[in-house]
Amino acid sequence: MELSDWIQLMIGIPLVGFLLSLLVPESLEKWLSRIAFYTAGINLLSTLVFLVFWINQGGISLNLKEIVLFKNEHFEFLIDFYFDRVGAVYLVVGAILTFLVTFYSRYYLHREPGYKRFFNTVLFFYLGYNLTILAGNFETLFIGWEVLGLSSFLLVAFYRENLLPSRNSIKVFSIYRIGDVGLILAMWASHHLWHENVTFMVFSNSELVQDHLVQQGGLAFFVALMLLLAASAKSAQFPFSSWLPRAMEGPTPSSAIFYGSLSVHLGVFLLLRTYPFWENQVLVRFLIGGVGLLTAVLSTLIARVQTSVKTQIGYASLTQIGIMFIEIAAGFELLALIHFAGNAFLRTYQLLVSPSVVSYLIREQFYGFEPKAKSNSTTVQQRLFLSLYVWSLKEWNLDRFINRVVFFPLKRLGHNLDFLTYKTVLIYFVPSYLLGLYLLVTGYALPPSVHQALPLVFAFFALLMVLKSFTERKSTRLAWVMLVMNHLWMVLAIAENENFSTPEIVIYLSGIALFGSLGWVICTWMNTKLGQQGLVDYQGYVKKHPLVGFLFLLCVLGLIGFPISPTFIGEDLLFSHIHKDQYLLAFLAALAFVMEGIAAIRIYARLFLGSPPTQIYVHEVKSIL
Amino acid sequence: MHHHEGTPAFGVKEMLFQLRHFLPSQAPLKDFIHHNTLHAFQHLPFFQALKQAEEQFGFQGYLALEDYRTLYREGKIKGNILKRVLDEHFDVHANTWLVKMLDESTEDVIVPRLGKLRSHWRQDYHFNVDKVTHPFLFRLLSAYLDQGISIWPFPISSEGFFDAIRSLHFQSYSSILTSKRAIGLLEKKDLEVEELLEILVGHKESYGWYLIDQQFAHPGWSGMVSVLEDQPESLLDQKKITFEDWVKVECLLEIDALDKKFGTNWSPLGVQFPHFSKDFFSNCVLEEPDLVRQCWQEAFEWSYYDEVLSGITMVNPPAKAQKNIPSFQAIFCIDDRECSTRRHLELVDSNCATFGTPGFFNVEFYFQPEFGKFYTKSCPAPVTPKFLIKETASFKKLSKDAHFHQNSHSLIRGWLSAQTLGFWSAIKLIGNVLRPSSSALEVSSLLHMDPKGSLSIVYQGKEEHGLQIGFKVEEMADRVEGLLRSIGLISGFSPLVYLIGHGASSINNTHYAGYDCGACCGRPGSVNARVAAFMANHPEVRQLLLQRGITIPEDTQFLGGLHDTTKDELVFYDEEGLLDANRIRHEQNLPKFAKVLDINSLERSRRFATMDKNKPLSGLHQAVRKRAFSLFEPRPEYNHATNALCMVSRRDSLKGLFFDRRAFLNSYDYRTDPEGKALIKILSAAIPVCGGINLEYYFSRMDPNKLGAGTKLPHNVMGLIGVANGADGDLRTGLPYQMVEIHDPIRLLMVVEQNPKVVETVLRSNPALYEWIKNYWVHLVVIEPETRQILRFKEEQWVPYQPLTTIEHLDHLQDKLLSSQQNLPVYLIDSL
Repeated sequence: MELSDWIQLMIGIPLVGFLLSLLVPESLEKWLSRIAFYTAGINLLSTLVFLVFWINQGGISLNLKEIVLFKNEHFEFLIDFYFDRVGAVYLVVGAILTFLVTFYSRYYLHREPGYKRFFNTVLFFYLGYNLTILAGNFETLFIGWEVLGLSSFLLVAFYRENLLPSRNSIKVFSIYRIGDVGLILAMWASHHLWHENVTFMVFSNSELVQDHLVQQGGLAFFVALMLLLAASAKSAQFPFSSWLPRAMEGPTPSSAIFYGSLSVHLGVFLLLRTYPFWENQVLVRFLIGGVGLLTAVLSTLIARVQTSVKTQIGYASLTQIGIMFIEIAAGFELLALIHFAGNAFLRTYQLLVSPSVVSYLIREQFYGFEPKAKSNSTTVQQRLFLSLYVWSLKEWNLDRFINRVVFFPLKRLGHNLDFLTYKTVLIYFVPSYLLGLYLLVTGYALPPSVHQALPLVFAFFALLMVLKSFTERKSTRLAWVMLVMNHLWMVLAIAENENFSTPEIVIYLSGIALFGSLGWVICTWMNTKLGQQGLVDYQGYVKKHPLVGFLFLLCVLGLIGFPISPTFIGEDLLFSHIHKDQYLLAFLAALAFVMEGIAAIRIYARLFLGSPPTQIYVHEVKSIL
Repeated sequence: MHHHEGTPAFGVKEMLFQLRHFLPSQAPLKDFIHHNTLHAFQHLPFFQALKQAEEQFGFQGYLALEDYRTLYREGKIKGNILKRVLDEHFDVHANTWLVKMLDESTEDVIVPRLGKLRSHWRQDYHFNVDKVTHPFLFRLLSAYLDQGISIWPFPISSEGFFDAIRSLHFQSYSSILTSKRAIGLLEKKDLEVEELLEILVGHKESYGWYLIDQQFAHPGWSGMVSVLEDQPESLLDQKKITFEDWVKVECLLEIDALDKKFGTNWSPLGVQFPHFSKDFFSNCVLEEPDLVRQCWQEAFEWSYYDEVLSGITMVNPPAKAQKNIPSFQAIFCIDDRECSTRRHLELVDSNCATFGTPGFFNVEFYFQPEFGKFYTKSCPAPVTPKFLIKETASFKKLSKDAHFHQNSHSLIRGWLSAQTLGFWSAIKLIGNVLRPSSSALEVSSLLHMDPKGSLSIVYQGKEEHGLQIGFKVEEMADRVEGLLRSIGLISGFSPLVYLIGHGASSINNTHYAGYDCGACCGRPGSVNARVAAFMANHPEVRQLLLQRGITIPEDTQFLGGLHDTTKDELVFYDEEGLLDANRIRHEQNLPKFAKVLDINSLERSRRFATMDKNKPLSGLHQAVRKRAFSLFEPRPEYNHATNALCMVSRRDSLKGLFFDRRAFLNSYDYRTDPEGKALIKILSAAIPVCGGINLEYYFSRMDPNKLGAGTKLPHNVMGLIGVANGADGDLRTGLPYQMVEIHDPIRLLMVVEQNPKVVETVLRSNPALYEWIKNYWVHLVVIEPETRQILRFKEEQWVPYQPLTTIEHLDHLQDKLLSSQQNLPVYLIDSL
């Protein structure tokens, strides 16, 4: 057996574990925890054995071309794996921590409602983690990336009947989604840069990289910038930091493994992984270092004023991740790797023992209390210090900043379509879409300047559809239908842009058709049978209809191009038809893609998460008997 | 206390005072004390209180109907008891009601009054005020109160919370508020809450309702502020705060948010939607669903009580005191966790005698351990001691864990920490996960006091901060006499009398204080046991006692000890002071205690579902012990869970009865207390303390989300004073769900062995105490000493009670012990 074939094992074990864990019923606590325990344990063991062989053979980088999922003359979607020193460190740290946390959670979560969900999600996360760190190209990495995003969402919303976890899970998902744009656009641009589905192996060929850089400096810079965006969002760097403390809503072990250690270090991983690609772009290195520095300074200040133990650890961890960005920018790969491992272990431990902080610090205070001197002077230094204190307490308004800059303008755009209702939407939509189709077919008669603008116009329409869905509060079905329409307009836009062949369109739309209509059926059923109305509040339907909730989640995932739907490949295909100089079109498509995800998950959350406003049902069965 | 009766308060100040009464009164974590969660409703009969609490605040005080029906099908609610309850309530209509109870399903939806006024912000102004104001408000308060989590302490010294916020705003370049009007108000010297309410609510009659809605949107933080206003000393790093200040800041933030959203031109909420505060508190009428649930609850409770009372009628205690001296006597805490310890001890050595009394052993003082900078109270919470006991010990090492050091949170030192400590933490984590062992993170009852150190028990003429250091001889004698008379041990002393306090050990447990001795203010009882034993051994004290009619033989010695209820370990103090003969006796007793502890851990282990029971006895004990060190174990022990009974009687009257660790046992001998002098002391402690524990478990179990703290797994420690879910949540009060999950929510049954007239006189002499009984927050029955008849106190009268159940007789308890994880019925047992 080739050494590189071993890599499949690291994906296969979590995959099998995850699938098995889905089959075990909730009541068999022991089996669930056993599956998780053995999955993590066997994987840890095989990782260690593999490492011995790998180091024995000189520790060279390995590449494994797995399967081609789609191929036509100008596009190839393949699954590819890659293994090197960076992957090795991430693999080992991930295996150790997952093993420890599953062992820990076996007892810690005993009797917790959602025991099964917890282990399902942790194993799913682990699968996504290994996929990401072993990925050999952007496409494979993106699959893992999406799995991580989803499992994070599910774990933040673990206590799905409570308001704050529900609300914060959307927040986390939204920021992750912004990060996804970075990755999608990076994929799009690198496609044009390399004219092929480039593997990370290629990056190690520095001459080749250098060649391309010289030829297409702008595009290369764009790719690097987008990678930085993706990495910053995932690692909660400036200005995305505020999601991290808000993600600490799940059971402590999940917070520890996700937001203390593994998940939050994946931005660092992305930079390490693509390091050979941008190492010669000085400006990029300065930018990465700058983002890291800014984050490190801000989050250490914020950590100083935190009065809750978990958020303090979160910000302390961010500070170190900021420094890791600096280390990477400076080219100290090995240092960053050591730093990552140490920080991951440290924060996991600190979070896991965080309840002990009460007795520990109170004991320290009891034996060593010194009243702290406070000054009431009004010197400039004191004023500055007070200001720093307040700003840090407000987390430097980073949360508001993202809302102001990203979401408010989009909401405003969406509100322009407030006149649409579920009943009237077809009246507007059918004629305009037919006109669009007509223009597509006969469009060659149009003056070229108008013709060139059409893809943009259509893509903008698509975006409007999404934004309408994002702001819709009155009708669930309208919000859902708008999401489907987004895809239709987007197809039209791309078809107008370049020859988007029928098989490609079929691939793209088959997922939409399936999941879109199933989702519509569910919305309609809820509307007529359950009297469900509007999206103003969190309505908590998952409690009474868990199966419907699960199905609807699948629909959401299918619709937003999660790798269970052909649309996932379709999205990639779609982008491949956007030319390399069409930044605006790419931007619109990417924005529509991001907002589609946020809007769809928001519909899911509003419908199924949270709980209905305070009502007491005399008959309701309490779960803890 | 009952300002909420009758007409509602008029002025805003009175309203705030009234409102505070309803808020959770839970002190900071380190001083966690059990209390009746619905204390504000205690002036009402129990079921009326549940009704009001449900309709006004949305608190749940019952199980769901389906749950009761399941209990009925499983036989945990007995058919004959249910029938008797229905007969009592409905007489000839009992059968109609039985049908309703078993079959009828009505979708009763109750929408509580709480929140109705303020919900209009969201519904009609389309503005989520809470979402905007809460996170920042909580952060400000948490920063102000923080006890040592944040690295930068709150930077301003001030006269109070409002003042601090004002200084923060005006003395920095940053801003707390942004709207011009709000800043103007902040600047105002003597700003009144009323002024702010005028802007927000505008309608005087709605002020009260608005404040309730506002404060009960975050009862945890509001309750904490209210508690700290009354007991600032429960923070080591004291902070001045008043509830009024807190309300002012919240109202200002609301005005600021609304101004920012709408400009200054919005109309006050109460003007648009007038709600009348008096309507909030208006009485609620019991309706059919209430009666149905009430009957279910009563049937649930009496199904167990009936077994207990039936058991008691089967015991025939000797009427006269026995002459023979027991092999030793051991006085334990009244705590329900000692219920099984005492039973095992009596079975292991059938010649010994055990007693129960509140575990502070009638000595009340503050304790200052060596190197401690503060005093800790070592007696029941309502008592304010005048005495101080100081410990003198050799250097006590305060064990440390560098992972908690704040260095790791800063920039540069954090960088070093991550590279070094980080890898060490991986090793520690692997170590603890695979082999849990003692560490600096642990809270251990044994570390509360240094057994080798000495205590300043005898008064040497010194005072400190208004407290007398040590006790005078007479003061000692008073306390020892009180202790002995209360439990009826005034003659027939064995050569060895053990005084055994208790404490608990745990790790990763924010509610650790709730696990220790409630009678010692949530601390281990070691110091009290040692101090009381010293006093009882003091020759001059003995002399005084002799004069007062208590003769303690010269060779009788008292020995203090501590039982760790989590690890089931027992240590003794000052053993070197024993006479040779007693030392030998003590050494002979040690294996007995060891055996008791092993069996006790076996009995406890039956509740631990994740534990492998396939082990020898010593292995089981070891596994139980490990729970105290295991980071991942949210249930080191079950504390007071399943408590249901409080017995105030001679031990002989309960001989051989198995109460499955569900009873608080207080020794009392009616023969030595014909006038009830000792009884009044016992009841005034036992009813509120045991009743408070019982009701806290009751409500945390009935409504884990609003009255309990929910699951502890996502808890996040705030400022070392409380826990919240996640980053921005409200403080959680009540008990975590892991503590109450196995608890059957039934009220406490008090059983007193004494003449009913004496008991009634005693109760009526203390109105606060009488309220508990009269309103059925605690059930009361007496055993008439002469006739052994059981009388129940109902509608302020004594009513004879005939038990219906017959209980099983067991030869060997151990046959049953591991058979079930559920509550076991009452048995009559002969041996282990």
